[in-house]
Formats: sequence, structure tokens, C-alpha cells
Amino acid sequence: MKNRIKVLRAEHNMTQAELAVAVEVSRQTINAIETGKFDPSLPLAFKISKLFDLPIETIFIDE
Amino acid sequence: METKQNTWKATSKRNIRQLAYWTGGWVVAMAIASFGQKYFWEGNTVLTIIFIFIATLVGVGMILMNRKYINSLDEMQRKVHIEAMAISLGVGVVIGLSYSLLDQANVIGFDAEIADLVMLIGITYLIATFAGLNRYK
Repeated sequence: MKNRIKVLRAEHNMTQAELAVAVEVSRQTINAIETGKFDPSLPLAFKISKLFDLPIETIFIDE
Repeated sequence: METKQNTWKATSKRNIRQLAYWTGGWVVAMAIASFGQKYFWEGNTVLTIIFIFIATLVGVGMILMNRKYINSLDEMQRKVHIEAMAISLGVGVVIGLSYSLLDQANVIGFDAEIADLVMLIGITYLIATFAGLNRYK
């Protein structure tokens, strides 16, 4: 599953560590999601979409 | 955000510290139960039973703390640990039983000890955890 987290982070001037804190996971988990190595659970995906105030399907794209 | 960071990180650190205390306590309790009967109270079965019971109780506390620690991890860390546990359990059962069969068939010149199996499971778990973390780097 692809995602736009890296782009959204850059737009919001956020580091991986700051995003990790905001959604209460480790920085390594954010990095693994960004690089497509790990797919987040639905609750975590919703947390991220809520944080960026965007619909979930505009952040996570099913390949 | 700062409060969130403090809460999540503080909880994680506290759980790791508490797990270390329980694990250390269990190792000490096991050592006392094991070596006490040999060096301190030789032949006193009552004391041996009491210390084995204490070691078992501390061990149960360690298991519960480990469960709490795993549940406090984030979802990726939890996945890594669950996979490592699955590999360790599989290796423990498969290699452990093969090892036992080798002993029963007198292929190996020494007794198959449970301590060997515990070490194998521990080492497998460590390697599998590091390999899992490395995979998601």
C-alpha cells in the first residue's frame, strides 16, 4: 500500500519524530510506513488522517 | 504534543524497567532455589519447596509483566515480537524434541538438559527480534 505521509509531513513541516509523537507510535514505525515496509492498522491510519485533516483514502492508496 | 510524548515514552520506559526488575528477580529466585539446596540448606526439603514456590510466583509476575510490556508496544514493534515468539516457539519444540530423541537413542554422549532448550529459545528470540527490527528499518 502506497501513502503520501512523507509529502504531507513536508507540507506541515513535521519530522518523523514529531508525527510519531502525535499518533503515539515509535519513529521507526513511521519510517517503516513511509517506506511501504509496514502497513498501519485502521485505527492508526485514521489517527494519521485526522491529524492531517484529510480523508483516509487520499493518504493511503491501495496498489 | 509534548505531554503525549512524555506519556508514551514514560510508559514505555517504565514498562521496560519493570520487566527488567521482574526478570532479574526471577533469575535471582531461581538461583537461590537451585543453588540454595546445594550450598546452604542441604537436605532440607521444606526450604527447597518454599524457594521453588517463591521462584514460581516471581516467574508468574514476570510473565504478566512481559504481557503488559508487549501490549504497550506500538503495532509494528508488537508484530516484530510476535513473529520472534512464533519462531522461538517453533524452534524450541522442533529442535527440543529432536534433541530429546537423540538423547533417548543414545546418539549424543550426554543428557539432554532443559537448560539447553531455554538457552536455545532465548538466543532464537533475540536473533529473530533483531532480524525483525532490521527488516523494517
